[in-house]
Amino acid sequence: MTDAPKDLFDVAIIGGGVVGCATARRFALAGARVILLERGADILSGASKANSAILHTGFDAPPDSLELDLVKRGRAEYLEMRGECGLSLVRTGALVCAWSDDEAARLEGIAAHGRANGVPELRVLGAAEARARAPGLAAHLCGAVEVTGEHVIDPWSAPLGYLLQAMALGAVTLRRCEVTSGAFDGEWRLETSRGPVRAGAVINAAGLFGDRVDEALGLGRNFTIRPRKGQFIVLDKAARAHVPTIVLPVPTEITKGIVICPTAFGNVLVGPTAEEQEDRTRATVETETLRMLKEHGERLIPALRDIPVTAVYAGLRPATEQKHYRVASYPEKRAITLGGVRSTGLSAALGLGRHALDLYKLFGAPLTPAAAAPRVTTPDLTETEERDWRRPDHGEIVCHCELVTRREIEAALTGPLPAGDFNGLRRRTRAGMGRCQGFYCNARLAKMTEGRFETPLAVGKER
Amino acid sequence: MSAHSDVLIVGGGPAGVAAALALRASGVARVTIIEREEALGGATRHCSHSPFGMLEYRRVYFGAAYGRRLRRDAETAGVTVLTGHSVTELRPDGSAEVSHPAGLARFSADRILIATGARETPRSARMLPGDRPLGVLTTGALQAYVAFQGLMPFRRPLIVGSELVSSSAALTCLTHGARPVAMIDEHDRPLARPPASWLPSLVGIPVRRGACIVDIRGADRVEAVTVRRGETIETFACDGLLLTGRFTPEAALLRQAGEALNPGAGGPSVDQNGRCANPLFFAAGNLLRPVETGGWAFREGRAIGREIARDLARPAATAAPVAVETHEALKLVVPNLLRRGLAPSPGFDRFQLRFRRPARGRLSLVADGRELWRKTGAWLPERRVLAPIPAGIETCDRVRFELSED
Repeated sequence: MTDAPKDLFDVAIIGGGVVGCATARRFALAGARVILLERGADILSGASKANSAILHTGFDAPPDSLELDLVKRGRAEYLEMRGECGLSLVRTGALVCAWSDDEAARLEGIAAHGRANGVPELRVLGAAEARARAPGLAAHLCGAVEVTGEHVIDPWSAPLGYLLQAMALGAVTLRRCEVTSGAFDGEWRLETSRGPVRAGAVINAAGLFGDRVDEALGLGRNFTIRPRKGQFIVLDKAARAHVPTIVLPVPTEITKGIVICPTAFGNVLVGPTAEEQEDRTRATVETETLRMLKEHGERLIPALRDIPVTAVYAGLRPATEQKHYRVASYPEKRAITLGGVRSTGLSAALGLGRHALDLYKLFGAPLTPAAAAPRVTTPDLTETEERDWRRPDHGEIVCHCELVTRREIEAALTGPLPAGDFNGLRRRTRAGMGRCQGFYCNARLAKMTEGRFETPLAVGKER
Repeated sequence: MSAHSDVLIVGGGPAGVAAALALRASGVARVTIIEREEALGGATRHCSHSPFGMLEYRRVYFGAAYGRRLRRDAETAGVTVLTGHSVTELRPDGSAEVSHPAGLARFSADRILIATGARETPRSARMLPGDRPLGVLTTGALQAYVAFQGLMPFRRPLIVGSELVSSSAALTCLTHGARPVAMIDEHDRPLARPPASWLPSLVGIPVRRGACIVDIRGADRVEAVTVRRGETIETFACDGLLLTGRFTPEAALLRQAGEALNPGAGGPSVDQNGRCANPLFFAAGNLLRPVETGGWAFREGRAIGREIARDLARPAATAAPVAVETHEALKLVVPNLLRRGLAPSPGFDRFQLRFRRPARGRLSLVADGRELWRKTGAWLPERRVLAPIPAGIETCDRVRFELSED
């Protein structure tokens, strides 16, 4: 298929993850003609499909780091712009919980680190005070740092909203479009699986393939992606009553550790693990690990013992050989790499978009900003907001576990960026993501999506 | 919109409809069934080759025809039947929030019967390893593909399970254009009784017992499943994984309402009349325990419907129930509560028990130190075991099913 538009774009963004979507938005708002190229059948099909959906404050980020700066800028912008896209915010706050005296001894340091990072609302709590915030926490809790600014968002509607805003300003999105090489001779010519794409500048937001895309663009081997797998379990919505806040561990050097976290959808997730691997696409779950996560949750919040597991998933974070973001600018080639955004991407994405635009401006290409940010509609899937099933004339409820209406499913299959595959539909509606995992609605969804996806749910007629 | 009924019934499967009919026959005026699907019948709707109706109608109906019969009977009896209505929340005061195509409504009732049935355990709750591609389904989902949409989700599935429903799943495949590559099960012997357990061999489907899944592969759709049996690792090329059985009660509404659940059964705790911990709620059918036949659920619903009719004539029960305890080899007992002041009655005429593991020995019912019933035998997991509910047992302080193993 060589159907890529022949036009010359101001900027081509490689990668439709949360960083690519936020960057597309920022450039479109700045007046750039944007094309976004995503290799998957839908956006958010790489690292961005699986994360813990926390909007971080940056309290635990490395001091004076680009990451800290971008997390703070990204978070602030999310809070400011979310009304434009109807995006939600679940003000859960977080408790960094110490489960031993050794860990408790580190709480003051964590709070001091956070304050130095410019996150003022931090308090060290004794065990009793912490349990007053979250009465379900186990008896061996030794204390906690309360971080009231840590919140939970819908990790899929947010980037979808960013990209829809960009598209409302004329940005073009090409899915199933893999960039194989690129050459710069005053303008970029990218060879893709959908034909050549021309652009004045290129931004590599290719996530798990960031290093390979750098090489394909002739920018050199600047870093190496070392995929780090995270497995999660999602507990039934009944768990939510026991988990009013995000329960964070005292972090280690390697990872933020396993989190027990409410989701915007009214569930509770436990994860992620941090497992180094070579494979960049295969993110398997393992029975033993999933059991470990369940037991971990029960150990910290005993009431979770009686709560069934609704879903399990695994994702890959685009870690590199170094901890920090791998952001680089190549003014002579008018290229920017936003690489190695491993675990704070959801929080930092809008900040990364701004940062990329700042770098782009140094290339000396003038842009005329859009008059105003367009308002777009995104799915209303957050349980603390009004869901469609509460509204009149929704048609019917198709997915009973997640209360997804026919109107929501039809909306996700139409519009400027319809779901590109079944997982994309799930991310846009939550259909089939609930406790029965499709026992009741999968066949119905197969019918409703007939002829829409390259890999259909049904292989054919019954006979 | 809001509406008050004498009894609100959540779920229009065999148990819910039978209860509604019994309530009307007992003279209860306002009986409303709320069913989220468009048709009544519950799980019977998509079981196109299983006969239903023998116990209750003395004739056989298949699939959707049985649900149509239930609807006709309910409407003839003066039951208000609301399909396409989903209860989204149960409130402890005996009201329910309901979403329907035109919007949101509140229903209230003097008593609420929950009869939401059971479903199979999906891949996630089984914690199966590997990729998460398309083509991993339960029997219920497969049968909905075939019966309602005329579609097939795969052509060469690997089937997991050895329950009665597993054979039914294999039959659905064979009669609708799919050829199972094998049937595997973690148990060393099938959970289903003959002749159902003979089906795979009769139709030439390879069987692996004592086998567990160690990997599922597939980028978009299932491509292969790897199975381990002892030291043997075997990979089956297939385009689907059909997870059968391991039914679990659909108790989400009760769980979210904070209602006490019966740990081994997964459904609500109920007393000898089918009453939950909250005395305004009753439960019947496969919500109580996975899983019995449609006919069983119908009779259970009918009996509990009659109980509810009696219960409406008096103030809601207030006595704190006594929990029925069980030996660790027993997976569940229903009812698992006994309430004083409420004599046993046809609500449940017997305790239903199931073992979680094979056992051999004497099973006995001990109440306040006295053995009231015993039976010696070889007990197999998941088989139905019945024990009497002796008169007066509801006045005892400690009731326990003991097992002395040989």
